[in-house]
Amino acid sequence: MDEDRTSTRLVVLAVVGFALFNYPLLRIADVPVIVLGVPLVWLYVFVVWGLLIVLVALTLRKH
Amino acid sequence: MVDTWVVVAASVGYLALLFAIAYYGDRRAAAGRSIISNGYIYALSIAVYATSWTYYGSVGSAATGGIAWLPIYLGPMVVVTLWWVVLRKIIRICKRDRITSLADFVSARYGKSRMLGGLFTVVAVLGLVPYIALQLKAISTTFAIVRSPQASAASTSGVPVLEDTALYAALALAAFTIVFGTRHLDATERHEGMVAAIAFESLVKLVAFLAVGAWVTWGLFDGFSDIVAQAAARPDLEDLFTLDTTTGYGSFFWLMVLSMLAFLLLPRQWQVTVVENVDEDHVRTAAWLFPVYLLLINVFVLPIALGGLLVFGEGTVDADTFVLALPMADGRPVLALVVFLGGLSAATGMVIVETIALATMVSNSLVVPLLLRRRGPLRGPHDLGRLVLMARRVTIVGLLLLGFVYFRVATDAMGLVQIGLISFAAVAQFAPAVLLGLYWKGATRDGALAGLLAGVATWAYTLLLPSFSESGWLPSSIPEEGPFGLRLLAPHAMLGLEGMDPVGHAMFWSMLVNVGALVAVSLTTRPGPVERVQAAVFVDALHRPPVPGRDTALRRGSATVGALSGLLERFVGPDGARRALATYDTAEADVAPSSPADVALIHHVESLLAGAVGSASARALVSSVTSEEPLGINEVMEILDEASQVRAYSRALEGQSRELERTTAELRAANEQLRELDRLKDDFVSTVTHELRTPLTSIRAFSEILLDNPDLDTEERQRFLRPIVEETERLTRLINQVLDLARLEAGAAEWQVRAVDVAAVVSASTTSTEQLRRERGVTLEVEVPEGLPLVSADFDRVVQVMVNLLGNAVKFADPAHGRVRVTAARDRDEVRVDVQDNGPGVPEEDLDAIFDKFRQGGDTHRDRPAGTGLGLPISREIIDHLGGRLWAERLAGRGATFSFTLPVARTETP
Repeated sequence: MDEDRTSTRLVVLAVVGFALFNYPLLRIADVPVIVLGVPLVWLYVFVVWGLLIVLVALTLRKH
Repeated sequence: MVDTWVVVAASVGYLALLFAIAYYGDRRAAAGRSIISNGYIYALSIAVYATSWTYYGSVGSAATGGIAWLPIYLGPMVVVTLWWVVLRKIIRICKRDRITSLADFVSARYGKSRMLGGLFTVVAVLGLVPYIALQLKAISTTFAIVRSPQASAASTSGVPVLEDTALYAALALAAFTIVFGTRHLDATERHEGMVAAIAFESLVKLVAFLAVGAWVTWGLFDGFSDIVAQAAARPDLEDLFTLDTTTGYGSFFWLMVLSMLAFLLLPRQWQVTVVENVDEDHVRTAAWLFPVYLLLINVFVLPIALGGLLVFGEGTVDADTFVLALPMADGRPVLALVVFLGGLSAATGMVIVETIALATMVSNSLVVPLLLRRRGPLRGPHDLGRLVLMARRVTIVGLLLLGFVYFRVATDAMGLVQIGLISFAAVAQFAPAVLLGLYWKGATRDGALAGLLAGVATWAYTLLLPSFSESGWLPSSIPEEGPFGLRLLAPHAMLGLEGMDPVGHAMFWSMLVNVGALVAVSLTTRPGPVERVQAAVFVDALHRPPVPGRDTALRRGSATVGALSGLLERFVGPDGARRALATYDTAEADVAPSSPADVALIHHVESLLAGAVGSASARALVSSVTSEEPLGINEVMEILDEASQVRAYSRALEGQSRELERTTAELRAANEQLRELDRLKDDFVSTVTHELRTPLTSIRAFSEILLDNPDLDTEERQRFLRPIVEETERLTRLINQVLDLARLEAGAAEWQVRAVDVAAVVSASTTSTEQLRRERGVTLEVEVPEGLPLVSADFDRVVQVMVNLLGNAVKFADPAHGRVRVTAARDRDEVRVDVQDNGPGVPEEDLDAIFDKFRQGGDTHRDRPAGTGLGLPISREIIDHLGGRLWAERLAGRGATFSFTLPVARTETP
């Protein structure tokens, strides 16, 4: 039961991650704007990446 | 500028350190105190994914495409998210079946097919030799640059073969790999020392890259924003800030798909994530730690790329070498040396693991099956284990030399990323067979073969062939214009599909035909018995324990213990064989060699061999010493879960239909009862009508006589009036009783239940029937003992019952010497009252029927009794209501007994 929930959450995370890393969502951030000294799309990809890692770690942490 | 001897000494020192770590790791493993058994080392060893392609190539790619290189690391991020679901399943299967390579995995999944395993191996070798060449190229180029910054990639091609660093690097790596990868033949194929060294290498390359990245960002420039601001001022660099202006989204997508598949299926990734996995739970840690590693090693890629472009300007220095060229140009030899060692670690780590993985595949899926085919195991050299190890060592040396040759001949014209992508795309062709095989039981061996062949052919045509054109081996017009000017067949625009980048284009077509062929052929072929079992076992690996009896049921043959241990000896030596058999069962080891081995032992030997030479070969080997009976499809179905599921379903169906039958029967019975009740009601109505008409008829007849003869004298009139009165009374009684019965049956009667003294009931009823007895000359005997307990009852109702029973008894008693006897006695929690007469008695068959309505005892035609036929039914109704029983007994030839019981009142303490 709990095992299934974990698996389902991870699959959802993977789908969401894949979608965020690709067109068309990626297109939203892909504009020639510099935020915090960095081109927006670079910042966007790394922030999404970091968030995804945190969520995976939270999902898989031991209780 | 670093002196050559320093570079050589540092390199040799670094490799020596690797040897030491690996040696220490193996020692600790042998002592049972593993240093790699934790999630952190596991994650670091998986970072072998980051090769020199990452280390140098990312910057090169970023310098022309901005973030276009990132999908190669975003793909693994997505896959890591799915690790817990997919990788754990693979690990569990491999641990259970001792699967030690990707080719073996596929071969085992598809019915232990040797052909599929062999084909996988060939494709893997073909696809990965360029990748190994790429690492050698990186070592060679950077070695040249670190000694003299003016050297460029192109200039290395002029170096004579024997002076080429790559050759010596290749030989050193071969030595390391042979020492730590093929020391002995082992059923698990785990190499703890090698893993420890790889984890260390991962740390080195990360630290080195972060060091140079931090130096460029904060040393050469003033932080990220400074670099970006300077680049933004250059119109030619501004394009790098968005993806739209560089490679576009399609290529981004396909690159991500490609890297996802490659990350899962590259032989070296398979080796570190699956084969070298110590504990499934380490995946939990690695699933976040490994992506953190990837993120860190990518953070400084863009600053270094922009920094390099700003410092050198475009086109002067190969962007693939920026990482090393920047510290060199700035005159920082120590940093440059650190960077060089980092690159060396990236390249060596990849080469070591890749060659071990490939060597296992080649020896287990190509060499051993070929040996078996040519001469059979029993006629071969005695120590086959040594032969297998030798095959692996030769393979390792061969692979490295092949890589070196490829590097010398072919890589000059191509960038690092391009070579890597060609390899990735080849590996991606494994994905349909592996992943569909993991989740779809219907995937068959023929389907997997067809898919792989079609996919690889497409890959070769759309990606490999054009690379030959770029190397100048083929006309450069072919990729875009097609062979012989056939535009529809142009490798970069098949069927006129233009506008995609070459990799995306190749991936699209190859995946399409690969998956398409796999599915189509699987749907039209029929898997064999072993294949079916393996499919079920693989697909359901996480959801249930191994099919009970799978192993024993799949092998129905006989062999002697001696033959099996002889077979084992050939691979693991006499000591190893003895140890292996002893671990199976201490008692078994002492058994005489000629005694027959049980099925479990045969399987045990097969699984031990599978670890050493692969599952397909192990099966063939064991088959050669056992006499096997063919396996029927029925047996297979028996042991498959499918079969038991079908049985479970049919059992459930049977149960349901039984239940349905029972319900139907109940309904039928209820219906029957209803119809019976309906019939009884009709009977009752007609009987009542009949009973009413009889007295009415006589009343009417007598009344008419009186009416027609008004001059009758008083005496005559009295004679006719008396029956009228009697019949009217009878009518009244009948109607009262019908109403009474209806009330009783409807539960509408009023009851006054309390504690009642039976003696009082008897005396009240005998008194009220005294007149009747006297008329008939019937004597009464009453036997009611003193101290009977009170019963719970309605006094008037019980008197009614008693009067009815006494009336009947008097009526049916012997006309000459009529005698009626009333007795009462306690019977456990009840008081029983018997009313006995000495009449003709009730015929056996009527004992129950007399309680039916309007059924009267005796011959109704001869002497019509005065009763209504409702007395007994009413009595029974009353006694039933009070919680007692009323029944009749027949005393052979000595009259009838009517008995009833009543429960003792609860207030009465017994």
